[in-house]
Amino acid sequence: MSNASQQRVRVLTGNEACAEGALAAGMRFYAGYPITPSSEIAEVLAEQLPRYGGVFIQMEDEIASMGAIIGASLAGSKAMTATSGPGFSLMQENIGYAAMAEVPCVIVNVMRGGPSTGLPTLPSQGDIMQARWGTHGDHPIIALTPFSVAETFSLTVRAFNLAEQYRTPVILLLDEILGHVNEKVELPKDGEIALVNRTLPHDPPERYLPYRHTESGVPPMVSFGQGYRYHVTGLAHDESGFPTNRASEIEKLLDRLHRKIEQNRDHIVEVEAYEMEDAEIGLISFGSSARASRHAVRLAREAGKKAGLLRIKTLWPFPDQEIQAYGDRVKKWIVAEMNRGQLAHEVEWALCGRAPIHRVTVYNGDPISPLTILNRINQLD
Amino acid sequence: MFNYDQYLRLDKFPLIWCSGCGDGIVLKSLLRAVHKLGLQKDQICMVSGIGCSSRLPGYVDFNTLHTTHGRALTFATGIKMARPELTVLVITGDGDATAIGGNHYIHAARRNIDLTVLLFNNHIYGMTGGQVSPTTAKGKKASTAPYGSFENTFNISGLAQAAGASFVARSGVYNPVQLENYIVKAIQKKGFSLVEIMSPCPTAYGRRNREGTPVDMIAWQKENSVPVAKAGQLTPEELEGKLITGILVDIERSECRAEYQKLIDRLAQS
Amino acid sequence: MSQEPAAKKKKGHVTVREAWCKGCAICVEFCPEQVLVMERGKATVAYPDRCTACNLCELRCPDFCITVSVKGE
Repeated sequence: MSNASQQRVRVLTGNEACAEGALAAGMRFYAGYPITPSSEIAEVLAEQLPRYGGVFIQMEDEIASMGAIIGASLAGSKAMTATSGPGFSLMQENIGYAAMAEVPCVIVNVMRGGPSTGLPTLPSQGDIMQARWGTHGDHPIIALTPFSVAETFSLTVRAFNLAEQYRTPVILLLDEILGHVNEKVELPKDGEIALVNRTLPHDPPERYLPYRHTESGVPPMVSFGQGYRYHVTGLAHDESGFPTNRASEIEKLLDRLHRKIEQNRDHIVEVEAYEMEDAEIGLISFGSSARASRHAVRLAREAGKKAGLLRIKTLWPFPDQEIQAYGDRVKKWIVAEMNRGQLAHEVEWALCGRAPIHRVTVYNGDPISPLTILNRINQLD
Repeated sequence: MFNYDQYLRLDKFPLIWCSGCGDGIVLKSLLRAVHKLGLQKDQICMVSGIGCSSRLPGYVDFNTLHTTHGRALTFATGIKMARPELTVLVITGDGDATAIGGNHYIHAARRNIDLTVLLFNNHIYGMTGGQVSPTTAKGKKASTAPYGSFENTFNISGLAQAAGASFVARSGVYNPVQLENYIVKAIQKKGFSLVEIMSPCPTAYGRRNREGTPVDMIAWQKENSVPVAKAGQLTPEELEGKLITGILVDIERSECRAEYQKLIDRLAQS
Repeated sequence: MSQEPAAKKKKGHVTVREAWCKGCAICVEFCPEQVLVMERGKATVAYPDRCTACNLCELRCPDFCITVSVKGE
């Protein structure tokens, strides 16, 4: 291992911290395709992974990258890919496969402006609904949204832990600002990081059901080549993993896929409340927009306004209960995001009209300025 | 008497394929090859895409993975890179591998990654009801080529050869013993190995193109196969419409995972 | 020309797993000795004594219906 990676206090970009977090989480397989603004993740891992005995491979496209990490995960590796909007679009079919076949993996999307080729070098948060609904069919997803370089490290580790614990793809949403900003971070030592690994079966091979309807909703998982020869398919399947057209089996499978996330949502969902104790004006934001929002809260507080920020760290499943908990006190909400109001829609849904929701939406490639948010706060009087 | 049952998931039988489909003949040749090589079931990982032939892994008692359309080679690449000790077999078809999955096909061959690909060429999309494929010959009919295909076709084996595969062979279900031998050699070869297998589709292709019964379609292979050595002595005109069979490529070329291992080892020493 | 015992024709025993037979007739047509016939849409062993255990029917049966054993082995 290089000297640089042994130093615990370092100045890193979000993309570098993501790569370091993945290595710390035990990720030993990366497949990806170059795309701005995510490529530095691949570049760090191309250098580091072979030093860890892990595998880095640059595939022919993002579809292939997603396929390769699913294969590697089934073969027993913690696996990851990273991309940006156009590549994320290409990955969707195989993300759905990973959800259906319950293959743990992590997909990083360093968001840039869209649609289409859009703004390769400029930030956006326009893919949050794609992260939730990008694939066809009906399945839950976990998506995490760090707001600093240090948190990018810790949430990358968490993304792997959640993927392993719940046998699911986990999406880590960064944005161009976070991917490229440099910050000082103190990385934890190896032993200080809690790691979760997939649950192995207690059953012998002849009784193993790879898609058993367990109480937790998560079936134990064993890697290929370990003496448990089983079948994996993206077709609707029964507990044994083989295709079925039986309505009762299909319903049980799809219900369990949802149940394993929904009944554990309190463990999965994380928000950070900043100055929310007595807040009457509540900001909701995430990612690099939350940095501007936090700054705006400080400025508003200096001006004597009771503003606070509810910062979303787990975007999916959506923290609706955490927002609703402030429903009686917060009189007005402002949702700040770098898109045309994707998060605001979701917040409106969560609050069911209990309080007015105002929007700060920037989608022209500029970052959100704290002053823009402060102006919106001031307009509320 | 060969005991196929030891490799099968007998509770999944009978096979999903139509009467007279060649795919079952290939499956049997494959199982004999696996047996001949003495491979353990746990050490085999079989990966397929979508289509008729890609339903094959469901019937065999290996580690089996039925993936998305055209992407079997990408999943297989992940498995092989992560666990090189596994024998990775890829089951795919002409549409799966060379239309929707064409990019992965040429890149897997370019990397010369140690995968064995059995490509079932039936010149049609059978599972979806007989649509035109990249190997449907000009003039042949398909549900989406009702007046006959007007496009040129892929030479699937030639494509793999040009892209860098270290082993390429072509055979057909008429000759199951030859097929078995080629599969043995393909698995033994360290690198990307392709066996292109002519497996007739009597239902979606044969009926529409008046090629007769399954027996007629297999007999056609018998009458029109030209061994590659002999093909060299014939003119292009004489080879028109013929099926050139045999081992087309068998070369030594550096293999992707082995090269990566050298890098890991080199860095571990430095 | 003396008759060596080794040149004696092998005798085979063919069975058909009828439940899986889809009636493609490949075994019937490619049997060099016409051991098999189609009957009510299924392959049936009609002339068992003709079987020389060449195994061609088994090798080409796509549905794992046919087994051929060599008599006396």
